[in-house]
Amino acid sequence: MTRTTSDTTATGPFVPPTRFAVPGRIAVSNRAAALWQTATLTEVRRETPHASTFRFAVPGWAGHLPGQHLMLRLTADDGYTAQRHYSIASPPDDAGHIELTLDHVEGGEVSGWFHTLAKPGDEVEVRGPLSGFFAWPGDRPALLIGAGSGVVPLMSMVRHHRARGLTVPLRLLVSARGPEDLIYAREYGAETTPVFTRRAPEGVPVGRLAASQVAPLLAAEQPPGGWEAYVCGSNAFAEHASRLLVAAGQPVDRIRIERFG
Amino acid sequence: MNVTRGFTGRPRVQNAGLPPGQYDAGDDWPVLSAEVTPDLTPADWSFRIDGLVAEPHTWDWAEAHALPTSAYEGDIHCVTSWSKFGVRFGGVSLDAFLDTVRPDASATHAVAYSHTGYTTNLPLADLTGGRAWIAWEYEGRPLPAEHGGPARLLVPHLYFWKSAKWIAGLRLLDHDEPGFWEQNGYHARGNPWEEQRYSGD
Repeated sequence: MTRTTSDTTATGPFVPPTRFAVPGRIAVSNRAAALWQTATLTEVRRETPHASTFRFAVPGWAGHLPGQHLMLRLTADDGYTAQRHYSIASPPDDAGHIELTLDHVEGGEVSGWFHTLAKPGDEVEVRGPLSGFFAWPGDRPALLIGAGSGVVPLMSMVRHHRARGLTVPLRLLVSARGPEDLIYAREYGAETTPVFTRRAPEGVPVGRLAASQVAPLLAAEQPPGGWEAYVCGSNAFAEHASRLLVAAGQPVDRIRIERFG
Repeated sequence: MNVTRGFTGRPRVQNAGLPPGQYDAGDDWPVLSAEVTPDLTPADWSFRIDGLVAEPHTWDWAEAHALPTSAYEGDIHCVTSWSKFGVRFGGVSLDAFLDTVRPDASATHAVAYSHTGYTTNLPLADLTGGRAWIAWEYEGRPLPAEHGGPARLLVPHLYFWKSAKWIAGLRLLDHDEPGFWEQNGYHARGNPWEEQRYSGD
């Protein structure tokens, strides 16, 4: 039998000929991900007409990094369950609390329960944190681009940056239909540029995220060593934003994308 | 069982095709790639099988299309919990490609890799016996780029992250080697009927 010695991998793991494209940022704890835990709702805060933040006490929470998500499960009394992935909005705080910001999805069985029935004291189940791919440990300069509730995992990064007083550069471009739809509007500072696609305050242009907003960040404003780019939103937005990044010179293997679905 | 106060959920449907913890996405087909959708034309595309095989081989678009066509009609299941029913993919059975390269008896697993560099690992047994395809058509039309066109791996009996988009090749190995999501906490095999979502499930 013939064997192509050049192709077999007697030493070391297989490495594809094309560089990926975003290796994971952190080692993931499989133990934390394997376990369903009770999360008790402690607070509900309205963010926009269509989105609210839900704060939970999770005493056994293993801790997370900004950008990670979890799986959340609701159970009906006949045993029927519905589970969804949600990004974590809160920064790591070691206090056994996490926050999720959920859109009220039309006809959504899980988000519908949260927006119409949930109240403090209610218990749901979560497992996580999950996935190291979209995590930002706070080490590399971070260029964050999100739309709608796609800003949620990015806000965890902004909050982490702020809470720890990090000096590594961080910028956020956040797209919303109008000012009233801008989640976390009161929390943004100089690191953030909002983009309004339908309605804007007087003097602010209306239109989708444009090359003119992305290109300067990859030119004069580019930090030494370049950006790690994190894009989150609908697939249409993610395609648009990632094309703008590539066109502006951001390497594809330093663009991490999380799409709704 | 931890019942959620007041939660009733969607109307119950008796659907034997729905694996545990999944819901029917209807007409939606969410795109969940973690990387930038590549600009890859059929002329740029190639597919290679090497590793533990008698004869490594690389197919270009035309040569792959000269193989006997084969279709998959059925369901697909994403680990994020949506399932999609009654989809139709066209392409070539992976068996036809493997027949050309003749896997070594020692080959037990494969790493599938994309033109983007994405990787995912599979037992060779999940890629043979008419259960895996290289697919370039969806519902009779060219597979859209965001869904992995010009061609993707299709292994519909496993969670869909195993069906690598923009498929570039398979490396056959005598051991299992975790791919991209598998290194990020996801299950090595990903059988939706056993709800193998995460490592340890």
